[in-house]
Amino acid sequence: MTSRILSGALIAGLAAGLLAAALNLWTLTPLILQAEAFEGPAHSHAGDGTAHDHGAHDHDGAEGLADAGHVHEDASGLSRSFGTIAMTLVAYAGFGLVLGAGMAAAERAGHVPSARTGVLWGLAGFAAVQLAPAVGLPPELPGTVSADLAARQMWWALCAASTATGLAALAFGRGATTPLLGVALILVPHLLGAPQPPSHEGLVPPGLAAAFATRSLGVAVLSWAVLGALTGALSRRAPARVPA
Amino acid sequence: MFFSIARARLDSQTLSIAAAALLGLSLIFVAGFANATALHDAAHDQRHAIAFPCH
Repeated sequence: MTSRILSGALIAGLAAGLLAAALNLWTLTPLILQAEAFEGPAHSHAGDGTAHDHGAHDHDGAEGLADAGHVHEDASGLSRSFGTIAMTLVAYAGFGLVLGAGMAAAERAGHVPSARTGVLWGLAGFAAVQLAPAVGLPPELPGTVSADLAARQMWWALCAASTATGLAALAFGRGATTPLLGVALILVPHLLGAPQPPSHEGLVPPGLAAAFATRSLGVAVLSWAVLGALTGALSRRAPARVPA
Repeated sequence: MFFSIARARLDSQTLSIAAAALLGLSLIFVAGFANATALHDAAHDQRHAIAFPCH
């Protein structure tokens, strides 16, 4: 049933990706645009901070920070949304294939997937790819101060891989030591510590940043649960043979 | 005979599982990590939303 699980996982990934993209455009993109309005004046200030330019920004500053974001958005709004949708689909197709590969491997060890166990797989994927990395590197808006990109990407990949392996050890490990190994794998990235910026001063108001982080995790947990449930449901064998 | 057929089937399954995992990881890399400017711009909002490290 391996191929059935894998093709189902790809379909589930695209479906969950569509859901995630819609939720992102609805709940997160407006916050990104608002944050860019805070980020924008600082950028042009650094670029060619003439008095005239500065004055122009002050003009639309107080009442229309969100408006400034919309002006920026209107120029390329459609292609920008299209990019977000397309790349969310790519990301979730990837998540689905890796999740499906895990479920197919587990199936060969006797753990037949279903929609119910799929939800658990999905939540575990959420924990590995979103929740655990967010402990060290909270989901952040443009304009937030952060550490070196390559270092953060390395830590992110290490954290996701280590958490996924640790959860698998907890779920499927036999013997007394495997669960301990699982717990250790989950804790190690956080003991090493994520790369942090020298200070957390940023241009984005804390309330906006907090709303972004919580909404990002909320969208993710829902999308991952749907991804897992669909992957499990689609992996079910074709209608069982009725005994003659 | 039976054993070797079962064994061959197992190996092709292992291969397809590994291929799917590899393809999935490369899709995640493209969506979340690749640095090309065009890719980054298209993926920008999504990278923030999924909390891939960005910028």
